[in-house]
Amino acid sequence: MLNAILVPVGVIGVFGLVFGIGLAIASKVFEVYVDPRVPEVRAALPGANCGGCGLPGCDALASNIVEGTAAINACPVGGPDCAAAIAAIMGVEAGSSVKQVATVICQGSCENSPNRAEYYGEMDCREAMIASGGTKECRYGCMGLGTCKSVCSFGAISMGEDGLPVVDPEKCTSCGQCIDACPKAIMKLVPATQEVRVECNNHDRGKNARQVCKTACIGCGACVKACRFDAIKVENNCAIIDYDKCRQCYECVDKCPMNCISGDVEYGKTTAYIIEENCIACGLCAKNCPVEAITGEIKKPPYVIDHDMCIGCGICFDKCRKNAIEMRPNKVK
Amino acid sequence: MNIVIIVIGAIFINNVIFSRFLGICPFLGVSKQVETAAGMGAAVTFVLAMASAITYVVQYAILDPLNLGYLQTIAFILVIATLVQLVEMIIKKASPSLYQALGVYLPLITTNCAVLGIALLNIQYEYNFIETVFHGIGAALGFTLAIVLFAGVRERLETSAVPKALEGFPIALITAGLMSIAFLGFSGMQLG
Repeated sequence: MLNAILVPVGVIGVFGLVFGIGLAIASKVFEVYVDPRVPEVRAALPGANCGGCGLPGCDALASNIVEGTAAINACPVGGPDCAAAIAAIMGVEAGSSVKQVATVICQGSCENSPNRAEYYGEMDCREAMIASGGTKECRYGCMGLGTCKSVCSFGAISMGEDGLPVVDPEKCTSCGQCIDACPKAIMKLVPATQEVRVECNNHDRGKNARQVCKTACIGCGACVKACRFDAIKVENNCAIIDYDKCRQCYECVDKCPMNCISGDVEYGKTTAYIIEENCIACGLCAKNCPVEAITGEIKKPPYVIDHDMCIGCGICFDKCRKNAIEMRPNKVK
Repeated sequence: MNIVIIVIGAIFINNVIFSRFLGICPFLGVSKQVETAAGMGAAVTFVLAMASAITYVVQYAILDPLNLGYLQTIAFILVIATLVQLVEMIIKKASPSLYQALGVYLPLITTNCAVLGIALLNIQYEYNFIETVFHGIGAALGFTLAIVLFAGVRERLETSAVPKALEGFPIALITAGLMSIAFLGFSGMQLG
Protein backbone atom coordinates (compact mmCIF):
# COMPACT_ATOMS: atom_id res chain seq x y z
CA MET A 1 0.00 0.00 0.00
CA LEU A 2 2.76 2.34 0.98
CA ASN A 3 4.58 1.42 -2.21
CA ALA A 4 1.68 2.74 -4.25
CA ILE A 5 2.48 6.18 -2.89
CA LEU A 6 6.25 5.99 -2.52
CA VAL A 7 7.05 4.61 -5.99
CA PRO A 8 5.35 7.36 -8.01
CA VAL A 9 6.66 10.03 -5.67
CA GLY A 10 10.16 8.59 -6.02
CA VAL A 11 9.91 8.29 -9.81
CA ILE A 12 8.75 11.87 -10.30
CA GLY A 13 11.30 13.04 -7.74
CA VAL A 14 14.13 11.33 -9.63
CA PHE A 15 12.79 12.80 -12.89
CA GLY A 16 12.88 16.27 -11.40
CA LEU A 17 16.35 15.78 -9.98
CA VAL A 18 17.83 14.45 -13.25
CA PHE A 19 16.27 17.23 -15.32
CA GLY A 20 17.30 19.82 -12.76
CA ILE A 21 20.93 18.72 -12.85
CA GLY A 22 20.77 18.58 -16.65
CA LEU A 23 19.51 22.16 -16.81
CA ALA A 24 22.10 23.33 -14.32
CA ILE A 25 24.86 21.91 -16.52
CA ALA A 26 23.24 23.35 -19.66
CA SER A 27 22.98 26.79 -18.07
CA LYS A 28 26.74 26.73 -17.55
CA VAL A 29 27.44 25.48 -21.08
CA PHE A 30 25.15 28.02 -22.75
CA GLU A 31 25.89 30.82 -20.34
CA VAL A 32 25.49 34.30 -21.79
CA TYR A 33 27.41 36.97 -19.91
CA VAL A 34 25.05 39.55 -18.50
CA ASP A 35 26.54 42.56 -16.81
CA PRO A 36 25.43 42.23 -13.16
CA ARG A 37 24.61 45.92 -13.20
CA VAL A 38 21.84 45.43 -15.79
CA PRO A 39 19.36 43.75 -13.41
CA GLU A 40 20.29 46.27 -10.70
CA VAL A 41 19.61 49.23 -12.97
CA ARG A 42 16.45 47.53 -14.15
CA ALA A 43 15.28 47.27 -10.54
CA ALA A 44 15.97 50.98 -9.97
CA LEU A 45 13.81 52.00 -12.95
CA PRO A 46 10.08 52.55 -12.43
CA GLY A 47 9.20 49.46 -14.49
CA ALA A 48 6.16 51.00 -16.17
CA ASN A 49 7.50 50.16 -19.65
CA CYS A 50 5.96 53.40 -20.86
CA GLY A 51 8.56 54.03 -23.57
CA GLY A 52 9.04 57.63 -22.43
CA CYS A 53 12.79 57.27 -22.87
CA GLY A 54 12.30 56.32 -26.51
CA LEU A 55 13.38 52.72 -25.99
CA PRO A 56 11.10 49.70 -25.94
CA GLY A 57 10.62 49.20 -22.24
CA CYS A 58 12.68 49.45 -19.07
CA ASP A 59 14.74 46.33 -19.85
CA ALA A 60 16.08 47.92 -23.02
CA LEU A 61 16.88 51.17 -21.19
CA ALA A 62 18.67 49.28 -18.41
CA SER A 63 20.97 47.50 -20.84
CA ASN A 64 21.55 50.73 -22.79
CA ILE A 65 22.47 52.61 -19.61
CA VAL A 66 24.98 49.94 -18.66
CA GLU A 67 26.39 49.91 -22.19
CA GLY A 68 26.73 53.66 -21.95
CA THR A 69 24.51 54.43 -24.95
CA ALA A 70 21.85 56.01 -22.74
CA ALA A 71 22.23 58.67 -20.07
CA ILE A 72 21.67 57.68 -16.47
CA ASN A 73 18.93 60.25 -16.22
CA ALA A 74 17.33 59.05 -19.46
CA CYS A 75 14.20 57.91 -17.63
CA PRO A 76 11.89 60.93 -17.62
CA VAL A 77 9.36 59.26 -15.32
CA GLY A 78 11.68 58.26 -12.48
CA GLY A 79 13.03 61.76 -12.03
CA PRO A 80 16.06 62.73 -9.93
CA ASP A 81 15.58 59.95 -7.33
CA CYS A 82 15.72 57.29 -10.02
CA ALA A 83 18.74 58.93 -11.68
CA ALA A 84 20.54 59.10 -8.32
CA ALA A 85 19.86 55.41 -7.64
CA ILE A 86 21.19 54.47 -11.07
CA ALA A 87 24.17 56.77 -10.62
CA ALA A 88 25.03 54.93 -7.42
CA ILE A 89 24.96 51.60 -9.27
CA MET A 90 26.98 52.92 -12.18
CA GLY A 91 29.39 54.78 -9.89
CA VAL A 92 29.02 58.15 -11.57
CA GLU A 93 27.61 61.50 -10.55
CA ALA A 94 23.98 62.05 -11.39
CA GLY A 95 23.65 64.96 -13.75
CA SER A 96 21.04 67.51 -12.90
CA SER A 97 17.82 65.95 -14.02
CA VAL A 98 15.18 68.61 -13.90
CA LYS A 99 11.76 67.21 -14.59
CA GLN A 100 10.62 67.94 -18.12
CA VAL A 101 7.03 68.86 -18.73
CA ALA A 102 5.13 68.86 -22.00
CA THR A 103 4.34 72.48 -22.74
CA VAL A 104 2.09 74.14 -25.28
CA ILE A 105 4.15 76.67 -27.19
CA CYS A 106 1.22 78.55 -28.65
CA GLN A 107 -0.94 81.34 -27.29
CA GLY A 108 -3.23 81.32 -30.31
CA SER A 109 -6.53 81.25 -28.46
CA CYS A 110 -9.70 81.98 -30.41
CA GLU A 111 -9.29 85.63 -29.43
CA ASN A 112 -5.65 85.97 -30.51
CA SER A 113 -5.87 83.91 -33.67
CA PRO A 114 -9.44 83.48 -34.86
CA ASN A 115 -10.66 80.66 -37.04
CA ARG A 116 -10.71 81.30 -40.74
CA ALA A 117 -13.37 78.68 -41.43
CA GLU A 118 -15.90 76.45 -39.72
CA TYR A 119 -14.89 72.84 -39.15
CA TYR A 120 -17.54 70.17 -38.89
CA GLY A 121 -15.40 67.03 -39.16
CA GLU A 122 -14.05 64.58 -36.66
CA MET A 123 -12.90 66.37 -33.50
CA ASP A 124 -9.30 65.28 -33.94
CA CYS A 125 -6.46 67.62 -34.83
CA ARG A 126 -4.88 65.04 -37.13
CA GLU A 127 -8.12 64.72 -39.11
CA ALA A 128 -8.59 68.50 -39.20
CA MET A 129 -5.01 68.88 -40.41
CA ILE A 130 -5.90 66.95 -43.57
CA ALA A 131 -8.64 69.51 -44.34
CA SER A 132 -6.26 72.19 -45.69
CA GLY A 133 -4.22 72.44 -42.51
CA GLY A 134 -7.01 73.09 -40.04
CA THR A 135 -9.22 76.04 -39.34
CA LYS A 136 -6.88 78.36 -37.44
CA GLU A 137 -5.87 81.59 -39.08
CA CYS A 138 -2.27 80.77 -38.10
CA ARG A 139 -1.15 77.63 -39.86
CA TYR A 140 1.38 76.87 -37.10
CA GLY A 141 -1.02 77.33 -34.21
CA CYS A 142 -3.00 75.08 -31.94
CA MET A 143 -6.34 74.01 -33.41
CA GLY A 144 -7.64 73.17 -29.96
CA LEU A 145 -9.47 69.99 -30.89
CA GLY A 146 -7.83 68.16 -28.01
CA THR A 147 -5.95 65.28 -29.64
CA CYS A 148 -3.16 65.77 -27.08
CA LYS A 149 -5.74 65.44 -24.32
CA SER A 150 -7.17 62.21 -25.73
CA VAL A 151 -3.77 60.53 -26.23
CA CYS A 152 -2.47 61.41 -22.74
CA SER A 153 -2.57 58.21 -20.70
CA PHE A 154 -1.98 60.08 -17.47
CA GLY A 155 -4.88 62.55 -17.63
CA ALA A 156 -2.43 65.42 -17.43
CA ILE A 157 -3.92 67.54 -20.22
CA SER A 158 -7.21 69.41 -20.09
CA MET A 159 -8.65 71.91 -22.52
CA GLY A 160 -8.65 75.44 -21.14
CA GLU A 161 -11.44 77.99 -21.59
CA ASP A 162 -9.46 79.78 -24.27
CA GLY A 163 -9.44 76.60 -26.36
CA LEU A 164 -5.78 75.80 -25.71
CA PRO A 165 -4.61 72.67 -23.89
CA VAL A 166 -3.42 73.08 -20.30
CA VAL A 167 -0.82 70.64 -18.94
CA ASP A 168 -0.82 69.69 -15.27
CA PRO A 169 2.93 69.57 -14.47
CA GLU A 170 2.30 67.26 -11.51
CA LYS A 171 0.63 64.60 -13.63
CA CYS A 172 2.84 64.94 -16.72
CA THR A 173 5.42 62.16 -16.97
CA SER A 174 7.10 63.63 -20.07
CA CYS A 175 6.39 60.41 -21.96
CA GLY A 176 6.06 62.32 -25.24
CA GLN A 177 2.77 60.85 -26.46
CA CYS A 178 1.17 64.26 -26.95
CA ILE A 179 4.31 65.49 -28.72
CA ASP A 180 4.05 62.65 -31.23
CA ALA A 181 0.32 63.10 -31.69
CA CYS A 182 0.23 66.88 -32.26
CA PRO A 183 0.17 67.47 -36.04
CA LYS A 184 1.32 71.09 -35.54
CA ALA A 185 4.29 70.06 -33.37
CA ILE A 186 3.52 72.68 -30.74
CA MET A 187 3.97 70.38 -27.74
CA LYS A 188 7.56 70.57 -26.52
CA LEU A 189 9.36 69.19 -23.48
CA VAL A 190 10.46 72.10 -21.30
CA PRO A 191 12.10 71.98 -17.85
CA ALA A 192 9.39 72.31 -15.21
CA THR A 193 11.18 75.25 -13.57
CA GLN A 194 11.34 77.24 -16.80
CA GLU A 195 8.93 80.18 -16.60
CA VAL A 196 10.37 82.11 -19.55
CA ARG A 197 9.35 80.38 -22.77
CA VAL A 198 8.76 81.54 -26.31
CA GLU A 199 5.15 80.51 -26.74
CA CYS A 200 4.93 80.76 -30.48
CA ASN A 201 5.71 78.43 -33.32
CA ASN A 202 5.00 80.75 -36.21
CA HIS A 203 7.78 80.69 -38.80
CA ASP A 204 6.17 83.22 -41.15
CA ARG A 205 7.77 86.61 -41.76
CA GLY A 206 6.87 89.36 -39.32
CA LYS A 207 4.06 91.00 -41.27
CA ASN A 208 2.37 87.73 -42.16
CA ALA A 209 2.74 86.41 -38.62
CA ARG A 210 1.25 89.57 -37.15
CA GLN A 211 -1.73 89.30 -39.49
CA VAL A 212 -2.75 85.85 -38.31
CA CYS A 213 -2.20 86.15 -34.56
CA LYS A 214 -2.06 88.94 -32.00
CA THR A 215 0.71 87.22 -30.05
CA ALA A 216 2.82 85.78 -32.86
CA CYS A 217 6.61 85.95 -32.79
CA ILE A 218 7.53 88.31 -35.59
CA GLY A 219 11.23 87.53 -35.38
CA CYS A 220 12.14 91.17 -34.58
CA GLY A 221 15.11 90.17 -32.45
CA ALA A 222 14.33 92.52 -29.55
CA CYS A 223 14.65 89.57 -27.17
CA VAL A 224 18.03 88.62 -28.66
CA LYS A 225 19.30 92.14 -27.95
CA ALA A 226 17.83 92.13 -24.45
CA CYS A 227 19.46 88.82 -23.49
CA ARG A 228 22.84 89.19 -21.80
CA PHE A 229 23.48 85.49 -21.72
CA ASP A 230 23.28 84.64 -25.41
CA ALA A 231 20.44 82.29 -24.54
CA ILE A 232 17.97 83.37 -27.17
CA LYS A 233 18.19 83.40 -30.93
CA VAL A 234 15.85 83.85 -33.86
CA GLU A 235 15.68 80.97 -36.28
CA ASN A 236 13.31 80.94 -39.27
CA ASN A 237 11.55 84.07 -37.99
CA CYS A 238 10.80 82.56 -34.60
CA ALA A 239 12.71 83.06 -31.33
CA ILE A 240 14.14 80.02 -29.54
CA ILE A 241 15.42 80.00 -25.96
CA ASP A 242 18.30 77.76 -24.96
CA TYR A 243 17.05 76.62 -21.55
CA ASP A 244 20.54 75.64 -20.42
CA LYS A 245 21.75 79.22 -20.83
CA CYS A 246 18.59 81.09 -19.80
CA ARG A 247 18.81 82.66 -16.32
CA GLN A 248 15.15 83.67 -16.30
CA CYS A 249 15.87 87.36 -15.77
CA TYR A 250 12.69 88.27 -17.70
CA GLU A 251 14.52 90.93 -19.72
CA CYS A 252 13.31 89.39 -22.98
CA VAL A 253 9.76 89.09 -21.64
CA ASP A 254 9.86 92.77 -20.88
CA LYS A 255 11.14 93.73 -24.33
CA CYS A 256 8.98 91.47 -26.50
CA PRO A 257 6.60 93.75 -28.44
CA MET A 258 4.20 90.90 -29.20
CA ASN A 259 4.05 89.41 -25.68
CA CYS A 260 4.77 85.99 -27.08
CA ILE A 261 7.35 85.16 -24.41
CA SER A 262 5.67 83.71 -21.34
CA GLY A 263 6.47 84.68 -17.77
CA ASP A 264 5.04 87.29 -15.44
CA VAL A 265 7.53 90.17 -15.30
CA GLU A 266 5.74 91.79 -12.39
CA TYR A 267 5.76 88.79 -10.09
CA GLY A 268 8.45 86.62 -11.60
CA LYS A 269 11.29 89.12 -11.66
CA THR A 270 13.61 89.16 -8.68
CA THR A 271 16.26 91.54 -7.36
CA ALA A 272 19.47 90.73 -5.52
CA TYR A 273 19.98 92.06 -1.99
CA ILE A 274 23.18 91.99 0.07
CA ILE A 275 22.98 90.50 3.53
CA GLU A 276 25.52 92.85 5.04
CA GLU A 277 26.61 90.80 8.05
CA ASN A 278 27.61 87.88 5.80
CA CYS A 279 29.48 89.89 3.19
CA ILE A 280 33.27 89.57 3.33
CA ALA A 281 33.80 91.81 0.29
CA CYS A 282 35.52 89.16 -1.82
CA GLY A 283 34.38 90.83 -5.01
CA LEU A 284 33.15 87.69 -6.76
CA CYS A 285 29.65 89.06 -7.24
CA ALA A 286 30.80 92.34 -8.73
CA LYS A 287 33.18 90.55 -11.06
CA ASN A 288 30.44 88.30 -12.46
CA CYS A 289 27.56 90.76 -12.61
CA PRO A 290 26.59 91.13 -16.31
CA VAL A 291 25.16 94.63 -15.79
CA GLU A 292 27.75 95.97 -13.34
CA ALA A 293 25.10 96.71 -10.77
CA ILE A 294 27.34 95.75 -7.84
CA THR A 295 30.01 98.10 -6.58
CA GLY A 296 32.36 98.02 -3.63
CA GLU A 297 35.97 97.75 -2.59
CA ILE A 298 37.77 94.50 -1.93
CA LYS A 299 38.03 93.63 1.77
CA LYS A 300 35.83 96.59 2.69
CA PRO A 301 32.38 95.16 3.26
CA PRO A 302 29.68 95.54 2.48
CA TYR A 303 29.27 95.66 -1.28
CA VAL A 304 26.35 97.66 -2.63
CA ILE A 305 23.85 96.59 -5.23
CA ASP A 306 22.10 99.17 -7.38
CA HIS A 307 18.62 97.70 -7.32
CA ASP A 308 17.49 99.70 -10.34
CA MET A 309 20.23 98.25 -12.49
CA CYS A 310 19.91 94.69 -11.20
CA ILE A 311 18.11 92.43 -13.70
CA GLY A 312 17.68 89.57 -11.25
CA CYS A 313 19.66 87.00 -13.15
CA GLY A 314 20.92 85.39 -9.93
CA ILE A 315 24.53 84.94 -11.05
CA CYS A 316 25.83 86.78 -7.96
CA PHE A 317 23.62 84.57 -5.79
CA ASP A 318 25.17 81.46 -7.39
CA LYS A 319 28.72 82.82 -7.13
CA CYS A 320 28.56 84.03 -3.49
CA ARG A 321 30.12 81.47 -1.18
CA LYS A 322 29.07 83.14 2.07
CA ASN A 323 25.28 83.27 1.55
CA ALA A 324 25.56 87.04 1.57
CA ILE A 325 23.15 87.59 -1.31
CA GLU A 326 19.50 86.75 -1.48
CA MET A 327 17.09 86.98 -4.37
CA ARG A 328 13.84 88.65 -3.42
CA PRO A 329 10.83 88.69 -5.74
CA ASN A 330 9.91 92.25 -6.71
CA LYS A 331 6.28 91.65 -5.94
CA VAL A 332 4.57 88.92 -4.00
CA LYS A 333 1.06 87.78 -4.74
CA MET B 1 6.03 4.28 -46.67
CA ASN B 2 4.18 4.26 -43.37
CA ILE B 3 6.40 7.08 -42.08
CA VAL B 4 5.70 9.24 -45.14
CA ILE B 5 1.98 8.76 -44.57
CA ILE B 6 2.32 9.70 -40.90
CA VAL B 7 4.30 12.86 -41.69
CA ILE B 8 2.01 14.01 -44.53
CA GLY B 9 -1.02 13.19 -42.41
CA ALA B 10 0.32 15.16 -39.44
CA ILE B 11 1.17 18.18 -41.59
CA PHE B 12 -1.97 18.49 -43.68
CA ILE B 13 -4.85 16.25 -42.66
CA ASN B 14 -4.52 16.44 -38.90
CA ASN B 15 -2.79 19.80 -38.75
CA VAL B 16 -2.29 20.60 -35.07
CA ILE B 17 -3.70 24.08 -35.38
CA PHE B 18 -6.31 23.90 -38.10
CA SER B 19 -7.89 20.56 -37.32
CA ARG B 20 -6.81 19.67 -33.78
CA PHE B 21 -6.95 23.27 -32.50
CA LEU B 22 -3.87 22.83 -30.31
CA GLY B 23 -1.23 25.51 -29.69
CA ILE B 24 -3.48 28.46 -30.52
CA CYS B 25 -1.71 30.79 -28.07
CA PRO B 26 1.64 31.08 -29.92
CA PHE B 27 -0.24 30.79 -33.21
CA LEU B 28 -2.02 34.07 -32.49
CA GLY B 29 0.74 35.64 -30.43
CA VAL B 30 3.84 35.25 -32.58
CA SER B 31 2.30 35.51 -36.03
CA LYS B 32 2.78 39.20 -36.72
CA GLN B 33 5.97 38.73 -38.75
CA VAL B 34 6.94 35.84 -41.00
CA GLU B 35 10.48 35.87 -39.61
CA THR B 36 9.58 35.43 -35.96
CA ALA B 37 6.83 33.01 -36.91
CA ALA B 38 9.41 30.84 -38.66
CA GLY B 39 11.67 31.09 -35.60
CA MET B 40 8.82 30.00 -33.36
CA GLY B 41 8.09 27.13 -35.74
CA ALA B 42 11.74 26.03 -35.60
CA ALA B 43 11.74 26.17 -31.79
CA VAL B 44 8.52 24.15 -31.58
CA THR B 45 9.89 21.64 -34.10
CA PHE B 46 12.98 21.08 -31.99
CA VAL B 47 11.00 20.78 -28.77
CA LEU B 48 8.40 18.47 -30.29
CA ALA B 49 10.93 16.13 -31.91
CA MET B 50 12.93 15.86 -28.68
CA ALA B 51 9.81 15.64 -26.53
CA SER B 52 8.34 12.86 -28.69
CA ALA B 53 11.52 10.80 -28.42
CA ILE B 54 12.02 11.31 -24.68
CA THR B 55 8.38 10.85 -23.73
CA TYR B 56 8.39 7.58 -25.70
CA VAL B 57 11.31 6.34 -23.62
CA VAL B 58 9.73 7.62 -20.41
CA GLN B 59 6.44 5.91 -21.18
CA TYR B 60 7.70 2.51 -22.28
CA ALA B 61 10.91 2.20 -20.23
CA ILE B 62 9.86 3.76 -16.94
CA LEU B 63 6.13 4.33 -16.50
CA ASP B 64 4.75 1.13 -18.07
CA PRO B 65 7.07 -1.35 -16.27
CA LEU B 66 6.25 0.32 -12.95
CA ASN B 67 2.52 0.41 -13.75
CA LEU B 68 2.57 4.19 -13.42
CA GLY B 69 0.63 4.95 -16.63
CA TYR B 70 -1.47 7.44 -14.72
CA LEU B 71 1.59 9.66 -14.18
CA GLN B 72 1.81 10.18 -17.96
CA THR B 73 0.62 13.79 -18.00
CA ILE B 74 2.74 15.08 -15.12
CA ALA B 75 5.86 13.22 -16.30
CA PHE B 76 5.45 14.51 -19.87
CA ILE B 77 4.96 18.08 -18.69
CA LEU B 78 8.18 17.77 -16.71
CA VAL B 79 10.04 16.59 -19.82
CA ILE B 80 8.57 19.37 -21.97
CA ALA B 81 9.27 22.10 -19.42
CA THR B 82 12.89 21.01 -19.17
CA LEU B 83 13.26 20.91 -22.95
CA VAL B 84 11.81 24.37 -23.32
CA GLN B 85 14.25 25.73 -20.77
CA LEU B 86 17.05 24.10 -22.73
CA VAL B 87 15.82 25.57 -26.01
CA GLU B 88 15.54 28.97 -24.38
CA MET B 89 19.16 28.81 -23.25
CA ILE B 90 20.35 27.68 -26.68
CA ILE B 91 18.43 30.40 -28.53
CA LYS B 92 19.61 33.06 -26.07
CA LYS B 93 23.16 32.01 -26.77
CA ALA B 94 22.87 31.42 -30.51
CA SER B 95 20.51 34.21 -31.60
CA PRO B 96 19.76 37.03 -29.17
CA SER B 97 17.62 38.80 -31.77
CA LEU B 98 15.36 35.78 -32.19
CA TYR B 99 15.26 35.47 -28.39
CA GLN B 100 14.04 39.06 -28.17
CA ALA B 101 11.52 38.61 -30.95
CA LEU B 102 9.98 35.47 -29.45
CA GLY B 103 9.85 37.16 -26.06
CA VAL B 104 7.37 35.76 -23.62
CA TYR B 105 6.08 33.18 -26.10
CA LEU B 106 9.23 31.12 -25.86
CA PRO B 107 8.71 30.03 -22.24
CA LEU B 108 5.06 29.63 -23.18
CA ILE B 109 5.93 26.61 -25.36
CA THR B 110 6.09 24.89 -21.96
CA THR B 111 2.36 25.15 -21.78
CA ASN B 112 1.90 24.80 -25.53
CA CYS B 113 -0.82 22.17 -25.62
CA ALA B 114 0.35 21.12 -29.09
CA VAL B 115 3.53 19.66 -27.58
CA LEU B 116 1.79 17.79 -24.78
CA GLY B 117 -1.07 16.84 -27.09
CA ILE B 118 1.19 15.23 -29.70
CA ALA B 119 3.22 13.45 -27.01
CA LEU B 120 0.03 11.96 -25.59
CA LEU B 121 -1.35 11.10 -29.06
CA ASN B 122 1.89 9.23 -29.88
CA ILE B 123 1.17 6.86 -27.02
CA GLN B 124 -2.56 6.65 -27.83
CA TYR B 125 -1.85 5.66 -31.47
CA GLU B 126 0.65 3.02 -30.21
CA TYR B 127 3.35 4.18 -32.62
CA ASN B 128 6.82 2.63 -32.42
CA PHE B 129 9.85 4.81 -31.67
CA ILE B 130 10.61 5.84 -35.26
CA GLU B 131 6.97 6.58 -36.00
CA THR B 132 6.71 8.58 -32.79
CA VAL B 133 9.64 10.82 -33.68
CA PHE B 134 8.39 11.38 -37.22
CA HIS B 135 4.85 12.02 -36.03
CA GLY B 136 6.27 14.68 -33.68
CA ILE B 137 8.32 16.27 -36.45
CA GLY B 138 5.38 16.10 -38.86
CA ALA B 139 3.04 17.77 -36.38
CA ALA B 140 5.63 20.48 -35.67
CA LEU B 141 6.10 21.08 -39.41
CA GLY B 142 2.33 21.39 -39.67
CA PHE B 143 2.45 23.96 -36.87
CA THR B 144 5.26 25.83 -38.63
CA LEU B 145 3.40 25.76 -41.95
CA ALA B 146 0.24 27.09 -40.32
CA ILE B 147 1.93 29.87 -38.36
CA VAL B 148 4.12 31.02 -41.28
CA LEU B 149 1.17 31.07 -43.69
CA PHE B 150 -0.88 32.93 -41.11
CA ALA B 151 1.91 35.43 -40.48
CA GLY B 152 2.14 36.06 -44.22
CA VAL B 153 -1.56 36.83 -44.35
CA ARG B 154 -1.33 39.06 -41.27
CA GLU B 155 1.57 41.01 -42.73
CA ARG B 156 -0.68 41.81 -45.68
CA LEU B 157 -3.59 42.64 -43.40
CA GLU B 158 -1.44 45.31 -41.75
CA THR B 159 -1.48 47.37 -44.92
CA SER B 160 -5.00 46.65 -46.10
CA ALA B 161 -8.13 48.57 -45.31
CA VAL B 162 -9.88 46.71 -42.52
CA PRO B 163 -13.10 48.02 -40.94
CA LYS B 164 -12.27 49.79 -37.67
CA ALA B 165 -14.22 47.31 -35.55
CA LEU B 166 -12.34 44.36 -37.04
CA GLU B 167 -8.80 45.74 -36.82
CA GLY B 168 -6.21 43.58 -35.09
CA PHE B 169 -7.31 40.37 -33.45
CA PRO B 170 -10.89 40.15 -34.80
CA ILE B 171 -9.75 40.04 -38.43
CA ALA B 172 -6.92 37.68 -37.44
CA LEU B 173 -9.39 35.26 -35.87
CA ILE B 174 -11.63 35.42 -38.94
CA THR B 175 -8.59 34.73 -41.13
CA ALA B 176 -7.62 31.78 -38.93
CA GLY B 177 -11.14 30.41 -39.25
CA LEU B 178 -11.07 30.67 -43.05
CA MET B 179 -7.65 29.00 -43.17
CA SER B 180 -8.98 26.22 -40.98
CA ILE B 181 -11.87 25.68 -43.42
CA ALA B 182 -9.35 25.61 -46.27
CA PHE B 183 -7.31 22.95 -44.50
CA LEU B 184 -10.50 20.93 -44.06
CA GLY B 185 -10.16 20.22 -47.77
CA PHE B 186 -7.17 17.98 -47.04
CA SER B 187 -9.33 15.60 -45.02
CA GLY B 188 -10.58 14.22 -48.29
CA MET B 189 -7.03 13.12 -49.22
CA GLN B 190 -6.57 9.36 -49.64
CA LEU B 191 -3.28 8.13 -48.24
CA GLY B 192 -1.81 4.70 -48.56
